[in-house]
Amino acid sequence: MSEEKKDIGQAILNEIHGTEPTEEKQKKPFLGKAAIPLLAILTGLIIGAILIAVTSQTVWAAFGDSFGKGLSQAWTEVITAYKALFTGSLGDPVRIVEALRGGDAKEIRQAVNPILESLVQATPYIFAGLAVALGFRSGLFNIGVEGQLFIGAACATFVGYSITGLPAYIHMPLAFLAGAAGGAFWAFIPGFLKAKTGGHEVINTIMMNWIAFRLTEWLLSGPMTRPNSGGLPLSPMIQDTAKIPQFFESPIRFHLGFFIALIVAWLVWWLLFKTTWGLNLRTVGTNPRAARYAGLDTAKSIMLGMTLSGALAGMAGAVQILAVNHSMALGLSSGYGFDSIALALIGNNHPVGVILSSLLFGTLRNGATRMMVVSSIPIDIVDVIQAIILMFVAAPAIIRSIYRLRKPKQEEQQVFLSGWGGQS
Amino acid sequence: MTTTTGVIEHKRIHEVSPSRKLGMGIAETLIAVVIFLVFVQNTTSDLITRFVMTPGGINQGTMGELNLPSKLTLLILAAFVLAIGLFQLIKGFGRQTNLMVGVAGLCLMLAFLVWQAAGKSLNLAGMLSSAVLLAVPITLGAFSGILAERCGIINIAIEGMMLMASMTAAIAGSLTQNVWLGLLGGIFSAVLLALILGVLSIKYKVNQTISGTVINIFSTGMTAFISQKFLQTIPALNQPKMFTRVPIPLLADIPLVGPILFNQNIFVYLMFAILIILQLALFQTRWGLRLRSVGEHPKAADTLGINVIKTRYMGIILSGVVAGIGGAFFTLGSVGRFDEGMTAGKGFIGLAAMIFGNWMPLGSLGAGLLFGFADAIGSKLSLLGSVIPPQFMAMAPYLITMIVLAGFIGKGQAPAAEGEAYEKE
Repeated sequence: MSEEKKDIGQAILNEIHGTEPTEEKQKKPFLGKAAIPLLAILTGLIIGAILIAVTSQTVWAAFGDSFGKGLSQAWTEVITAYKALFTGSLGDPVRIVEALRGGDAKEIRQAVNPILESLVQATPYIFAGLAVALGFRSGLFNIGVEGQLFIGAACATFVGYSITGLPAYIHMPLAFLAGAAGGAFWAFIPGFLKAKTGGHEVINTIMMNWIAFRLTEWLLSGPMTRPNSGGLPLSPMIQDTAKIPQFFESPIRFHLGFFIALIVAWLVWWLLFKTTWGLNLRTVGTNPRAARYAGLDTAKSIMLGMTLSGALAGMAGAVQILAVNHSMALGLSSGYGFDSIALALIGNNHPVGVILSSLLFGTLRNGATRMMVVSSIPIDIVDVIQAIILMFVAAPAIIRSIYRLRKPKQEEQQVFLSGWGGQS
Repeated sequence: MTTTTGVIEHKRIHEVSPSRKLGMGIAETLIAVVIFLVFVQNTTSDLITRFVMTPGGINQGTMGELNLPSKLTLLILAAFVLAIGLFQLIKGFGRQTNLMVGVAGLCLMLAFLVWQAAGKSLNLAGMLSSAVLLAVPITLGAFSGILAERCGIINIAIEGMMLMASMTAAIAGSLTQNVWLGLLGGIFSAVLLALILGVLSIKYKVNQTISGTVINIFSTGMTAFISQKFLQTIPALNQPKMFTRVPIPLLADIPLVGPILFNQNIFVYLMFAILIILQLALFQTRWGLRLRSVGEHPKAADTLGINVIKTRYMGIILSGVVAGIGGAFFTLGSVGRFDEGMTAGKGFIGLAAMIFGNWMPLGSLGAGLLFGFADAIGSKLSLLGSVIPPQFMAMAPYLITMIVLAGFIGKGQAPAAEGEAYEKE
């Protein structure tokens, strides 16, 4: 039964894409596919360096002396900043080598902590990036990951602190799944509205974002507030049994959630590329009209795609609460939801790509903290770099003209989107 | 529906479907029931609501206080809304359906205020005056959206443009100590971002929501970066002069209306000026017809010799100009200094107002004023000792937009070619 369905779907996909891509054909564009994101990242970092140099008063002062002095001053500042960025996120190689030679376990852990911390930072990115990628694969632009993340976090927090007396192996998964369910519910609404009324998910998820922010603001200062918090919007601490375990003692925050993220990424890959459901999602995502003619239930597919995407977003919020923060405050997210759009696109909406781009962004964000301490460069430079990378990935023609790359024979697949008036 | 004197096509366009007529009638009747059951029932008959009808600090167009018997006023409001609902159910308002829904919503808000302030005093004029001010960035955001979307470009970057403009306006205003140059600086930065959006969406045919997201992330990061790097270390960069109140002669002396509409700063007047210009230009001039045709059917427009690409660039740049004015309002017209993330989603509410206003300037102004009023009430709720959390009031614009989009209050008429890059053949 399902075998038959799959064949029909595959036939449609072949119809859309031409013939089934063979091994040889896939190999060649692979390098090309990786080239654009890599060059985009490189260019983003270069522009970031220019920004650092241009906004530095000492560089301007040096340029006042002479042009050469200015250049060398700019060079040193950029190198210092980026060195701090990378030692802050990947660790100081000298220190790591010495620690390994010394053999002191604690010293080794501290030396490699920057790397581990980068993984901690990358974890919510992986979930959020997967959420957007799964949406894109299903032909849905889920710009509401941020809101779903907040609702997911609120649900996980509530289950985390309100239920007592459960063993950890039940409580922790329960709280995590509550987060996923919260995000899924929040995304189901725009999915349902799109499927049933045609209201566009972009505008609806944007609206849902703001409703989610106001809702959590109210929850944290009202029903879910911590007793004696002094009016601050802050939730109670979650129970110990709900915490996702961290592997090492206190300053090192590396936790099990990272591996959960990897497993979930594998599950998403499996769902998208190995199951009939995934095939249906992708078929509706690539060509809804053809899918409808083939007898696929597009409305169901839209709702399913949106709900799953929201569940992943909810997990991003849940993992931050259960593994890192242990209580919920309003400053929970540093814009994971919007960054995740960049992550998904850089990763070509593929789970492996999303993991790689998440590792990169986690590294950047972690290193930026150190860069702020060393060179007093505001951490927000990461946002600027991210925006630039996103721009280049979305408009590969710019990168190609900068680096004189040849245009690929096949046009890049565009994300499916039309106006949001709801005409279909 | 009623006596139609126009051409037959007009009648068809404005016909309201029976289910919508029914739905709206039920909704309005429900509002009346809510006013009666919740507000009237919980008010004792001896209470009096005292509305102060002059905003604080104003001495032109003053007016005495308004003492309303709370229960009677609420009963009258309930009866009025009930009448609207019943008329809608039996005969229907036809073209005016949405307007009457708005009137019913306004009555609900008024009733809510009368109920909340029963036995107390409330400065209604002050609230309306601040509602107009709060509506300025929302409405300008909506106008910015209209300009972009009418020529076929989805602009979700209004928020980012406003944020950038508010910072640039603060810096330019501080450096020159001239409000007008500050305003120009704000407009300039927003136009730059609009140009980037235009180049990405028109030339490189990037998905317009993604190009908008690029602008939004960039603006958030860049403003925070510059604010922390310069504005916080050099305070002189963040002390712009502000636009002051400019009472319009004669008009400002009209009681109630004068202080609210004609004794405000230049941004309020700019908002009304842009409204009139936009309404006339879009629907009465050849320029407007061309702009709209590019948004509805670019291929047809191209066939008729209209330069689609050029028109779209023009639309997006004008959109940037208006968003720039809206952004400058925050620093030069409202707060007097730049704070990180100070636009706080007003650009997105502007987007909501645009949709609620059905991509029409006048409708968007109505939506903007309504949302501004909701905002003003929200900030006063705690002062009145209300049980309703202000956050719920703040959710209203977003909820209304979703309801509108879902078609519960009539289908919006988005430009047909919105979101599609144009490829000349």
